[in-house]
Amino acid sequence: MSAPAFAAVRSIRLSATATLTLGLAVVLMASLALGSNPISPALVVQALLDPASDVDSVVWGSRVPRTLLGIVVGFCLGVAGVVMQGQTGNPLADPGLFGVSAGASLAVVLGAFVLGHNSMTASLFLAMLGALVASVLVFAIATLSRDLANPVPLAIAGTAVSALLGAVISFLVLTNAASLEAYRVWVVGSLSGRGLDGLPPALVVAAVGLVLALLNVRSLNSLTLGTELAQGLGETLWRARLVGLGAITLTTASAVALAGPIGFIGLTAPHIGRALVGGNHCRLLPASGLVGAITLLACDVVGRVIGGQAEVPVGVVLATLGGVAFVVIVRRTKLAAL
Amino acid sequence: MSGRRGVDLRVIALPWRARVLWITLACLAAVLAALTFGIVAGSSRMGVADVWTTLLGAGSRTYQFIVFELRLPRVAAGIGVGLCLGLAGALTQTFSRNPLATPDILGVTSGASAGAVTAIVIGGGGYSVGASLLGFGIPVVATVGGLLAAAVVYGLSWRQGVDSFRLILIGIGVTAILSGLTNYLLVRAQITQATAATQWLVGSLSGVSWASVWPLAVVLAIVLPFALTQSAPLEINQLGDEFSTGLGVAVQRHRTLVIVAAVVLTSAAVSAAGPVEFVAFVAPQVARRLARTARPPLIASALVGAALVTLADVMARAALGTEIPVGVVTAIVGAPYLIWLITRPNLKERA
Repeated sequence: MSAPAFAAVRSIRLSATATLTLGLAVVLMASLALGSNPISPALVVQALLDPASDVDSVVWGSRVPRTLLGIVVGFCLGVAGVVMQGQTGNPLADPGLFGVSAGASLAVVLGAFVLGHNSMTASLFLAMLGALVASVLVFAIATLSRDLANPVPLAIAGTAVSALLGAVISFLVLTNAASLEAYRVWVVGSLSGRGLDGLPPALVVAAVGLVLALLNVRSLNSLTLGTELAQGLGETLWRARLVGLGAITLTTASAVALAGPIGFIGLTAPHIGRALVGGNHCRLLPASGLVGAITLLACDVVGRVIGGQAEVPVGVVLATLGGVAFVVIVRRTKLAAL
Repeated sequence: MSGRRGVDLRVIALPWRARVLWITLACLAAVLAALTFGIVAGSSRMGVADVWTTLLGAGSRTYQFIVFELRLPRVAAGIGVGLCLGLAGALTQTFSRNPLATPDILGVTSGASAGAVTAIVIGGGGYSVGASLLGFGIPVVATVGGLLAAAVVYGLSWRQGVDSFRLILIGIGVTAILSGLTNYLLVRAQITQATAATQWLVGSLSGVSWASVWPLAVVLAIVLPFALTQSAPLEINQLGDEFSTGLGVAVQRHRTLVIVAAVVLTSAAVSAAGPVEFVAFVAPQVARRLARTARPPLIASALVGAALVTLADVMARAALGTEIPVGVVTAIVGAPYLIWLITRPNLKERA
């Protein structure tokens, strides 16, 4: 590559990094300052530095945990989306594809069906359990097809299992009012009122998932060339798949357990990340994670501001505003295919 | 010009592989069996022989009443909905070259759902806007919503022609927006309206009459033959847009026609029975695996869809006791079968 071209590429990367960092800083501040009780940025900084000040309880008590939650969930979903699309080679693949979201939702609904009511902490653990069980089921089916080289059976098995679990959910929800109540609140996805007692275990699961995703970077890069070339480059296919699937399941499961099935980010953050930094997973993975975190936090803030006391759940804002933004971006940019 | 004529003729006389032919016939037999089963099942007893003599016009007046007035409309609607969804699914998965793409990605389903749920929730709440929406009837509102959403997706994807990949991404965005609205309405609604809306969203054949069957029949009679003429361009387009152009396919025109066909089929099915889940995804996948072809065979996909919906409705009515919406059962019947097909090791997948 000639020197000017190299410099140009580098400047693009620099500007992408700058954009993402700046974006994160802005939404972080907004998320700490805005809400039903707005606080000026100066007071926020003061409260952060001096835990004894007046606004302390709002900032430390509710907004810091909520912001943290948003960053973790958004980042996890963005990363999971990249790994999922890389592993399946399919731009339509979202992290819920392996039955993770459906399994989590079913567990929550079952909990409400059996017990009549779920506490948020109970929902969190149920969701985590359901997500893991469902994805293990999908892997087992895909393994039975004995064709790991091909991502299509995996994607189809995932869709089939998700639909099956979804049917059971519909059945329970239609026959039992308590289940419908639990389900319709859970399924929108929200960062508020999710119990924080479950945060530490979910964080551990998320961290393991993110490490697995990092370990999968090289394989993901060679898999973009197709499975045959990847094998030619020395990739052990079953290991690459196993690490990738582990990363997807753990990151998505913790995100879904913490905030409910938020579908949109995992599907779209990778496409925006690709438009920003290109297809190399070394950069795409963190970029997409950051895009996810920024998007989720920004939408959460918007939901708080426009809703006033009765805030609009982040899943709804995300789907509507995020959907509009995504459509605009897709129309503007030259698309980088997978 | 004579060269182009040759291509056009071949579009119609596409050779059928023997396996595709007999699988299609087997699917047709399955649909007829499901039809018989669907009429037999019910509170008053009827034998298979009674059903067919009545269908062929020679039954007693009681049987004629039971078959033609009570049971056939529902079974016929099931077959019509299944044919529409199966065919629409096969068209979408083929033109987008993506096995995960369903007509939902074209915006029809989410648009129809958003329209219907708005009508149910706001109309049930007694506001005048909602009440007038309900006055048009849910099927009309759903059709209008679906067609509008599809038009928006198509319009936004247009940039010197429609690229399949861009269309899919725009479809994701628009579907997200509409489902966000639907979910918000569900959260804010009274629990009774939320239940009614959920019921519609699952897809159900209870309450269909001949009036819901005729639109399906008309749509199928127009779109099915037309879709078959697009079979050869679809086959060629598997090689990519450049190849197709080189081989004389007018890619943009062909793609627009296929999309319109899929949208109209889906919209007809959704307005008749609500968004019956999973059929448009599973029918082409099953048909393709049975026929062992590289892309879903169109007629067989439609027939698999019809057999699936009819069978699922019979199970929902008879086997499970209480009346369960058909959309719940389609996945319970279809998913295990697809999973079984996937796990059979002798059927290697071709991407």
